[in-house]
Amino acid sequence: MSARGAPRTLVDRLLAGHSALVYLFFYAPILLLMVFSFNDNDNVQIWTGASLRWYRAMFENDAVMSALRNSLVVALLSTVVSTIIGTMLAIALERYRFRGRGALDGLAYLPIIIPDVTMAVMLLIFFFQSLGIVNDIFGTSLGAGLGTITLAHIAFNISFVAVVVRARIAQFDPAMEEAAADLYASRWQTFRRVTLPLIAPGVAGGALLALTLSLDDVVITQFVSGPGSATLPVYVFGLVRRGVTPLINAVSVVMLVASMILVAISLGFQRGSVARGQGLADPAALEEDLRGSRSDAETSPAI
Amino acid sequence: MASEGGERGERLMTTTRRRPDLDEETPVTPELEKAAEKAESRRGFLISVPAYGYLVLFFALPLVLVLVYSFASRSSTGRTLLEDWNVESYRRLFSDLVLEISARSFLLALVTTLLCLVVSYPFAYYIATRTPRIRNVLLVLVMIPFWSNFLVRTYAWRVILGSDGFVSQISQAFGGEEIRVLFTIWAVLIGLVYGYLPFMVLPLYAAIERLDWSLVEAARDLYANGFTAFRKVTLPLSMPGVVAGSILVFIPSLGAYVTPAILGGARETLLGDYIVSQFLTARNWPFGSALSFAVMFVMLLATIFYFRAGAKTL
Repeated sequence: MSARGAPRTLVDRLLAGHSALVYLFFYAPILLLMVFSFNDNDNVQIWTGASLRWYRAMFENDAVMSALRNSLVVALLSTVVSTIIGTMLAIALERYRFRGRGALDGLAYLPIIIPDVTMAVMLLIFFFQSLGIVNDIFGTSLGAGLGTITLAHIAFNISFVAVVVRARIAQFDPAMEEAAADLYASRWQTFRRVTLPLIAPGVAGGALLALTLSLDDVVITQFVSGPGSATLPVYVFGLVRRGVTPLINAVSVVMLVASMILVAISLGFQRGSVARGQGLADPAALEEDLRGSRSDAETSPAI
Repeated sequence: MASEGGERGERLMTTTRRRPDLDEETPVTPELEKAAEKAESRRGFLISVPAYGYLVLFFALPLVLVLVYSFASRSSTGRTLLEDWNVESYRRLFSDLVLEISARSFLLALVTTLLCLVVSYPFAYYIATRTPRIRNVLLVLVMIPFWSNFLVRTYAWRVILGSDGFVSQISQAFGGEEIRVLFTIWAVLIGLVYGYLPFMVLPLYAAIERLDWSLVEAARDLYANGFTAFRKVTLPLSMPGVVAGSILVFIPSLGAYVTPAILGGARETLLGDYIVSQFLTARNWPFGSALSFAVMFVMLLATIFYFRAGAKTL
């Protein structure tokens, strides 16, 4: 049992050893996959030498490239929209009291907590039903595709962006905004010159996380995609279920490295929040927040 | 005069909410404050409208639709008929097959949660007791795999556990048997623990990092040995983290779909897989909806349990 700064004891050594093993558990599979993606052999498991053969094959594969294009289109669109809406949501929840705030707070957390499969089912039924109605009324023949995938990604990304941005807003003193107002800045000027620069790292971090989640999502996308609109993870998932091939290894490594880089940059932007165990570093705080806001809603008089 | 009042209300609002000495000419009456508060609340609402609208349309409404569908009936060709409302889908939830699948999924989620807890606690404790600089590095090293591609991380285990994968090769090199883990429930367990471990680590870390170490010192001063101090002070104080982490691991494990699809066998169906098959292959949407709703209901119970437990321990 060692408090901070105490000399190393046996327990401390054991803890250190255990932690090293946990990190090994986290990273060894990833590293092995990376190494084997450079394998020259047709058989995934037998190492015959390093080569970029499968990476070349990946770039020459039309299906992979078209899936990649779909992924990028969806990810960029959904990131832009969800970042704007999510940031507004974060500001509203963190800085204002209004009727229905408690309900919105709960609603905003649900997409984070709910299992993928159930959200996928919800959106499948919703799009099936609503596209049917729209097509009946306007005589169109809209179907599931990149549009429905983008709409679905925005739905879950808003919540993640809001959590990251909220952690950032909670860190700075509202007095800064008040000072601007005291100096006769209009609301818009205050937002533009004070609030936005202060929350910018949070917004950037949230946007990158949204981009990552959108590029990585399989289950929800699979349910709301239509013919020809498979994104890269959906395409890879389909292949993986049939077996392991060197081509999948190469594509997987590209996806993994891309998402790790995006996450690392996102965490860099959220640095302060990570250190304080806020936002995404701390799902517990997330839940606590939810509870806090619930009790707020109960005690504060209806305005 | 009325417009002036409105303007003043506007200005008052942009500054602090309660500051009676702001302007000496006109006393800030309760009415004025109330008007300012009202405008403030309206502004907050307006800012939240896009998110509100979006989440109601693309989340709350779909949720209600699932509930509606779960009472619908099904034509012989598999089309969902929004008529002849019935509870047949819910009755089927209690059939032997569904109970068996649910029991298996529950057990798997429970074992996953316990394993994550046992592995994570000492790990989170270690991270939380480092100096802030080291702590941040260690934490980021947990979060990078956490948020990066889940599908690929699961796929990596398929490569490792495959019939002539690394585990098997290592075992055979040491003269052991060929190990067949892939396509069994054990492979799914490994995949789930691997995928959701950070869900447990992060809340535990937050709870341990936050706790008041002077209490542990006090226990030691009162001649508690290290283990007793841990059992009577540290552990109870970190309980909110334990409960939060457990729920955050249990919920996705219960509804897991990608992990069993990649690592699991065909014979041991799990809930997530079963729900998906109702929509993509069996085409029984009402029954699939009832299943999803049941999973969400359990999730809701777990969350409520968390709030209760958390309220007691905090």
